[in-house]
Amino acid sequence: MLKDVTLGQFFPGDTVVHRLDPRTKLILVIVYIVALFAAKTYAAYALVMIVLIVCVSLSQIRFTTIMKGVKPILIVILITGILNLFFTQGEHVIFRLWKLTMTWEGVRTAALMILRLIMLINGTFLLTYTTSPIALTDGLELLLSPLKKLRFPVHELAMMMSIALRFIPTLIEETDKIMSAQKARGADFDTGGIVQRAKAMLPLLVPLFVSAFRRADELSVAMESRCYHGGEGRTRMKKLTFARRDFGALILGAVFLAAVFALNRVWK
Amino acid sequence: MDPIIKTEKLTHVYGAGTPFEHTAIDGIDFEAERGEFIGIIGHTGSGKSTFIQHLNGLIKPTSGRVLLDGHDIFETKERTRETRFRVGLVFQYPEYQLFEETVYKDISFGPKNMKLSEREIDERVREAAGFAGLSEDTFEKSPFDLSGGQKRRTAIAGVMAMRPEVLIFDEPTAGLDPSGCKELMTNIMNYREKTGTTIIMVSHSMEDVARTADRLLVFKNAHIVMQGSPSDVFSHVAELKTMGLTVPRVTLVALRLRELGLPIPKDIYTVEHLKNAIVQLREEGYHA
Ligand SMILES: Nc1ncnc2c1ncn2[C@@H]1O[C@H](COP(=O)(O)OP(=O)(O)O)[C@@H](O)[C@H]1O
Ligand SMILES: [Mg+2]
Repeated sequence: MLKDVTLGQFFPGDTVVHRLDPRTKLILVIVYIVALFAAKTYAAYALVMIVLIVCVSLSQIRFTTIMKGVKPILIVILITGILNLFFTQGEHVIFRLWKLTMTWEGVRTAALMILRLIMLINGTFLLTYTTSPIALTDGLELLLSPLKKLRFPVHELAMMMSIALRFIPTLIEETDKIMSAQKARGADFDTGGIVQRAKAMLPLLVPLFVSAFRRADELSVAMESRCYHGGEGRTRMKKLTFARRDFGALILGAVFLAAVFALNRVWK
Repeated sequence: MDPIIKTEKLTHVYGAGTPFEHTAIDGIDFEAERGEFIGIIGHTGSGKSTFIQHLNGLIKPTSGRVLLDGHDIFETKERTRETRFRVGLVFQYPEYQLFEETVYKDISFGPKNMKLSEREIDERVREAAGFAGLSEDTFEKSPFDLSGGQKRRTAIAGVMAMRPEVLIFDEPTAGLDPSGCKELMTNIMNYREKTGTTIIMVSHSMEDVARTADRLLVFKNAHIVMQGSPSDVFSHVAELKTMGLTVPRVTLVALRLRELGLPIPKDIYTVEHLKNAIVQLREEGYHA
């Protein structure tokens, strides 16, 4: 049940997509998102979708796996769709019901909005599926490092992120374990009204918090006893280097973005 | 007599349909008689914990059945729930599940979920605490203020208080010091003697299960690869060693003595056994 939460999960592999430098992938995801929101015509949408499909195929991650990421926010997507459906102004009315009007423009906007959201999630999940959390935060830290000049705590932020990412699976596992242990003593997490359910969470939340604090404490002791004192003068075990494929990918990304803008103008 | 708990072709696959698909147990057939003490040993990751969590319905099998008193425990939701109380499960490091303000309240969590009367609950809490070796002056303390060993006893008492017919332990002595281990094992043996509960114990400590179990199961790669009385199992030292299992140290000593030419039996697994064997050799007039 909780295992279905795949956010931040990494599927190891050895494909071009996996091998790209995390910085490249981060930049390309931003390019992709910009393109997705810039796309206005069907042709532009089609191009973005083709690029997404090609990238997913290259990564050898199954499409069903990629689609799983959509599940947790399905409700948000549906609400967005419905709002767009009824509150888009348009001329070609399909039907009117009391104050609600559905127009062809609304149908179009809603469909495109849903598609856009799904593709947005697919794209970002492709990044986390193919990049280990460590590589991801390393990449982020290096990309943001110019901000250090402005005294922005880039290293601390990246460290916090990597610790958080590192502990998400641990906490999920722990939650599962504690839930099982309490169920073994007859705890019931699935039935009853809201109040009863909230009460039933107590035997889960107390041990979970206790253990999270214990872990935090242990980790800080472990870090301090290895003389961790922030980012100053720290070297890396794995130096990130741009390879030729990274330059190639970045150039393709630029071409892709330009093509989307061009398609927006050509086929209106 | 019919077995109290039984599994038929029990198979569980984790993460089916993902790249992480893994068969944790594969076609396990198992039976436990009423009152039996069964020890389960096996390398880490061999599927022991997965197996025992099926026995009280916490994990649903991918295929196969679990029968309690001849009835499938997954037949209806009610039956699964009832099974939780009839088959008690003490998880590994159970002290991490404590949550109540006082030890007393924590132990009574299980009986309360059984909707028992106040009086019945009180009786069971006191009884269970006694079995687990907890004195009553800890009752009003916060479980978080106890020592590690006492925390574990509190958690074990919490399961014993449900008066299960089958009590399963997953590595109950892990992380305890030697004297703590010994005391806990004594408490468990004592509990068994007084209540006649069927006990299934997963353990990494060969010494513990060798001395206490009627029957041993050896898990390897999702299968039961060996089973029998402790003396049967420990007479296969070489095989156990290739499975990465540590054999009781006295068994190794006995083995070495055999290699040196002494006619000592193969199935030695307690110091007591070895002593008797050596005494017998002396009486038979054997001189090294
Ligand atoms: N919740 C889970 N999700 C996925 N795989 C699991 C889970 N629990 C255990 N496993 C895997 O199943 C196998 C058996 O695990 P387990 O039953 O815990 O073995 P043991 O208790 O003998 O060490 C291991 O390879 C483990 O990684
Ligand atoms: Mg285990």
